[in-house]
Order: sequence, then C-alpha cells, then structure tokens
Amino acid sequence: MGCWVMAGITFREAARKKILWTALLAGLGFLALFGIALHYQIEDFGAHSSAPFIRYQILSAMLMVGLYVVDLLAVVMTILTSVDTISGEISSGTIHAIATKPIPRWQILIGKWIGFVGMIAGFVALTFGGTIAVAYWMGGVMPENAFHGALLVFLECLLALSVTFMFGTWFSTLTNGVIVIGLHGLAFMGGWLEQMSGFTESARLVAVGVVTSLIMPSESIWRRAAFEMQTPLAGSLPFSPFANVSIPSPTMIGYASFYLLVALGIAVYHFHWRDL
Amino acid sequence: MRKEYGNKVAVRKLSLMVPLGSIFGFLGPNGAGKSTSIKMLLGLVKPTSGEAFVLGERAGDVAVRRKIGFLPEHFRFYDWLTPAELLRLHGRLCGMAAAKLRERIPVMLDLVGLTPHRDKRVHDFSKGMMQRIGLAQALIHEPEIIFLDEPTSGLDPMGRRLVRDVIRAQRERGATVFLNSHLLSEVEVTCDNVAFLKDGEVVAAKDLHALGEAEVHVVVRARQLSPQAIAGLAPWTTAASVEGEQLTMTARSSDVLPHVVRHLAASGADIYSLIPARASLEDLFVRIMGEDRGL
Ligand SMILES: Nc1ncnc2c1ncn2[C@@H]1O[C@H](COP(=O)(O)OP(=O)(O)OP(=O)(O)O)[C@@H](O)[C@H]1O
Ligand SMILES: [Mg+2]
Repeated sequence: MGCWVMAGITFREAARKKILWTALLAGLGFLALFGIALHYQIEDFGAHSSAPFIRYQILSAMLMVGLYVVDLLAVVMTILTSVDTISGEISSGTIHAIATKPIPRWQILIGKWIGFVGMIAGFVALTFGGTIAVAYWMGGVMPENAFHGALLVFLECLLALSVTFMFGTWFSTLTNGVIVIGLHGLAFMGGWLEQMSGFTESARLVAVGVVTSLIMPSESIWRRAAFEMQTPLAGSLPFSPFANVSIPSPTMIGYASFYLLVALGIAVYHFHWRDL
Repeated sequence: MRKEYGNKVAVRKLSLMVPLGSIFGFLGPNGAGKSTSIKMLLGLVKPTSGEAFVLGERAGDVAVRRKIGFLPEHFRFYDWLTPAELLRLHGRLCGMAAAKLRERIPVMLDLVGLTPHRDKRVHDFSKGMMQRIGLAQALIHEPEIIFLDEPTSGLDPMGRRLVRDVIRAQRERGATVFLNSHLLSEVEVTCDNVAFLKDGEVVAAKDLHALGEAEVHVVVRARQLSPQAIAGLAPWTTAASVEGEQLTMTARSSDVLPHVVRHLAASGADIYSLIPARASLEDLFVRIMGEDRGL
C-alpha cells in the first residue's frame, strides 16, 4: 500500500518538476538526430551506388551506434534523475514528515524505486524502440534479438538505479553522483580494456578488465546486449563497443542481477537503520 | 534514553512520563536535546541506549505511528504539491480512505486558514503558511498523540492564537499534545505540565496548575507606610522593601494576601493598588537553567 503511494508520488514529482518531460524531449531529440543521420547516409548510398551487402552492414553498424548512445543516455538519465531522491529528502528534512507515517521505511524506499523503474521502462521503450523503428523504417535493418537487447539495457539501468539508491542512503547528493558516475566510468574503462586485451591477447589486461567488471558490471551488460543483437560481420570490427572479441558470459548477467539485488537490499537495510 | 552523535552527547539521560490527555510542554535552551528526544520518540532516530514506550508500545513501531501526528522542527514538505494534494498524500500514507479524505481535507484547510490559498503550490508559501499546512498534516488522521516541535516559531499573532486554540481543541478531543517551545508565555497558558531539559537531562518537572500556589510577588502602591507596618509583614512574606510610595514584597502564597491588606490598613496606610505577579514561567526557567553561558 505505502509502496504504491510512494511510487505514485515519485512519478508525480518527476512530472511536476518537468524532469520527465525534459528526459523525454532529450530522447526525442536523439531520435530526430539519428533519423537525420540515417537519411543522409542513405542518400549518399544513392550517389555512390554501394553494393547492397555493404549498405546493409553500414546501416547495421549505425544502428548499433545509435543503440549504444541510447544505452548511455538511459544510464545517465537514470543516475541524474534519481541521485537526489533519498539524500535530498534526508538533508532537506522532508523525510521527517514521511518516515513518521505508519508505513515501514522499506516501503518508502521500494516505493520510490518502483516509481523510477516505471519511468525508466518508459524511457527505454521509447528511445530503444524508437531507434529500432527509425532504422527499420528508413533503412530496412533490424537487430537480432531486439527485445532481449532492450531488456538487458533496462537491466543496466536498474543496476545503476539500485546503486544510486544504495549510496544515497549514505552520502549527500553530490557525493552520491560523483561515486556512481565514477563507478560507471570505471566499468566503461574496464570494458574497453577487456576488448583491447582480447585483441592483443594480454592475459593481464583481461584480468584488469574482469576485475573492473566485477566491481561495477554495468558496461558488461551492454557488451552482452551488443553481442546478442548484432549481425556476425559488424561484430568482427576489432575496436568498437560492439566488438565480439571479449563477450561477457551469461554468468556475468547473473552476477549483475545479483549485484543489483544486493545493492537494493543494502539500501533498504541501511535506510531502515539510519537516523533521519 | 541516551543519544550520542559520534562523541557528542545530544541526550544524556532522558527519563520522562507524559500523562495521557494532557498538554505537555518540553522546555530547554537551544541545543538541550529537545528535537533529538522527539525524534527518538517517533523512531526517526535510534537511541544509543535505553528505550521508550508510546501508548504502551515501543516508540517508533508502525502500529504506534498510526496514532501519532508530527510537526517537524524545519517543516519542509513536498513543495511542488498544492496544500490539498499534500494533505491527501499524508492522509493516504496514514491509511485513510479516499472518501474520508475528500471530506476531511477542506475541513483541515479551513481550520488552519489556508482555504484562500488552496490552489497555490506549497513552494510559494510563506514560512507561516508552511507551518500551518504542517499543522494540518499532523492532524489529518485525528491522532491520539501530537508532537509539535516549535509550532509557533514563525507565526503571526493570529497564527499563534490559532495554534493555541487547535492545541486546546485536541485536548478537548481527548488527545495528548507534546509541545516543544521557547515561547514561555504561550506554554504558560496552554500546557498542563512542563519538563525542563538541560544538557540532555530532565532537570525539573512542574505541574503548571500548581504553580500558582507558590510564592507571589506583590507590588503595593500606598501612602503613610510606617516602618513598623513593614516590619509587621514578616509572618506572611519572605521579603519586603519600600521605595517612595511603592512597597514590593514576596508573599508566601496568594492565600495570605487578605491578611497583608488588613494588616496594612490597620496600621494606617492608604492603599491605592495591589498587583500580584505570579512567579512567571520565565523566572522559573531562568532560575532552573542558570545564566546563559553561551552554547
Ligand atoms: N544529526 C546530528 N549530528 C550531530 N549532532 C547533532 C545532530 N542532531 C543534533 N545534534 C546535537 O545534539 C544536540 C541537541 O540538538 P537538538 O536539535 O535536539 O536541540 P534542541 O533542544 O532541539 O535545540 P533547539 O532549541 O535549538 O531546537 C545539539 O548539541 C546538536 O548539535
Ligand atoms: Mg529543536
């Protein structure tokens, strides 16, 4: 019961403060840009009359770039919109009138979490689905396992959300933002290291990449998604965020899901016991 | 209960009993630990040691919170809502049904005088308006105990009277009010009992209805006061002094005043006025707390 009230109010807050609309507008802006890029590329194909096979590969690669940007955008939006929700209410004192109401504290936290999950689902569906629709409609390309890919991107956002919630029960908004963005940056770096190592066959680099993915598995979820979605040829480009050189295993996805639940559990536990 | 923040002791040894159905004033200088004590009673803050029971159940339990209303010290609420929406949110968090809320929200807005501002965002409210909506929020579910942390700190004179009336009305309803306040004149007229907190410890507790039976200061304006007449006041007073036409004395209780008047009249003095001043709560406060040594 309390969960749903809190989820509703979280959603209302995002709508009232125009956070929701701004994020949607950014998503739509991205889709428009993506459409324009595809449009010009397809026009230039006409001029150079490339072979259909090459055209298909180029458009597929552009689609993957687009989806990668969607992934990044979704994760960053998740962190930015949720970074203040716990710590901000604790530091401003609005939590005092809420946490003294007859609902257990975990319902406050989980309710907010559910509210964000709903908004993120909408955002991912719009931008991810929109990108695929634009690419299919304009260039006739379609990724493999698109739905599975979307779910993985959603999972990555939920991971970022839960980690943001967890640190939000400890730190101020600014510190929380620095930590979570920093962690995601670390994962980002680790992903590239791992790819590079797959290429250079440096075992020590692999180890560094794996360890960073264990510390923060967000980027490795994307790499799994990219692997599942792309056509075999695009995946063979050596240095790219979609290269198949070093593919996170399904175990990594299991680890990331476990990580997400543990982060959420710690958030609930610490929020329950801390002084407000 | 005891509460430490790091090595800073916020509440040293709180031991307190609040009678049901009364208005209880919790007094003490800044930083004495009043707000921290309330937070422990509400479960917002976990005591370092000790425990408290509210309405027979452990403080902070969800079941007790159902029967509690709270106006926090810094009265910050979701300010992007309108007052009616804010009350609906708080009512729903208290588990109230939508139909009940529809009928209760206008009543509460009316009670705190915010009906003309019902369509504004709380964001645009002044401090006093914020406090009024906070009071409404604390009372929306007709709680059995209401904790008010400095409810009149930003209010205009009408607002203060409103809070006073609301508090009294809650007592009429059978509720208990736990009041933190620095405005002793208000406490004096509203509270039944008070406790004084100093450095995180309750140093005194008083029944305010009994306060009147204590010593009274009396100022008498009279002519023809003879020194013998003054000396003869000794049985009823602990101190007496004359300055011109003004006699200032401390009577043992207000019961002895008729004797004093009769004695003075019999000694040939012409009495123009006699004004008793109850030993005020402020005097008591200053006496208990000692001089301000800084914080
Ligand atoms: N979160 C906290 N962390 C550290 N110290 C704290 C914290 N909250 C309160 N204190 C300290 O505990 C002491 C009591 O604070 P409290 O807010 O309970 O005082 P108060 O009696 O309500 O004062 P006031 O009349 O100014 O509202 C103060 O010395 C304060 O500095
Ligand atoms: Mg205080």
